[in-house]
Amino acid sequence: MLRKTLSRRELLLAAGAGALAAGLLPPYAPALADTAAVEDAIKKLLGEVKPQQGKVALEVPEVAESGANVPFTVVVQSPMTDKDHVKAIHVLAEGNPLPGVATFHLTPASGKAQVSLRMRLAKTQNVRAVAVMSDGQAYAITKEVKVTAGGCGG
Amino acid sequence: MAAKIKMPATAKKGDVVEVKVLIDHAMETGQRKGADGALIPRKIINKFVCTYNGKQVMQADYHPAISANPFMSFFLAASESGEVKFQWFDDDGSVQEAVQKITVE
Repeated sequence: MLRKTLSRRELLLAAGAGALAAGLLPPYAPALADTAAVEDAIKKLLGEVKPQQGKVALEVPEVAESGANVPFTVVVQSPMTDKDHVKAIHVLAEGNPLPGVATFHLTPASGKAQVSLRMRLAKTQNVRAVAVMSDGQAYAITKEVKVTAGGCGG
Repeated sequence: MAAKIKMPATAKKGDVVEVKVLIDHAMETGQRKGADGALIPRKIINKFVCTYNGKQVMQADYHPAISANPFMSFFLAASESGEVKFQWFDDDGSVQEAVQKITVE
């Protein structure tokens, strides 16, 4: 069966492949993920659960001078008890070659649902943090980071 | 591949203490091309695990988007004196380990 319409992602991929074939792009320019790729990745991580707003905070710089080393901190409101704790924190980026950044699996022994790390960002883009709680609920937040110089090398 | 790990050596029972980990690693993404135009193969730390007296505190899965020389901070609820063990897993199959002692009063 032929589909009449292409999604934006497919169109961009096709356009990118065409440009590569024509030698128009520099050889090291990777295909970048986009919002749809991140949505897909989140669906794979969460299954049927739809992330809600609230409970999770994401600290990132508004402007990053270098995309090679962008600090981020995720804080989730949770008592971190056996009955009620954060099971996982996923961090994803919408404009990198791959959407995944990191996943933290926490336990009540963590005491506090707060993690910090540093990531690479290829360009200005949205970064998402998704927290999965012990009761199966998920919470998400998105923040934009403006990147002056990309961090994926090349 | 050395690592610097900072956490308090002593704590009161029930304290939640911060653990900071800095690992020396290039975290080669597998996306870059070398001078010869060939892709430089991916070589990153893909997993980090912290256990406290044998019980897992946290595990972090890293993707290539983690910066070179990853610097991470997380928390640990001090419950009893003992050993906090850190392990990190390289794409090449090697596993590095570090141990810190904590005294809980």
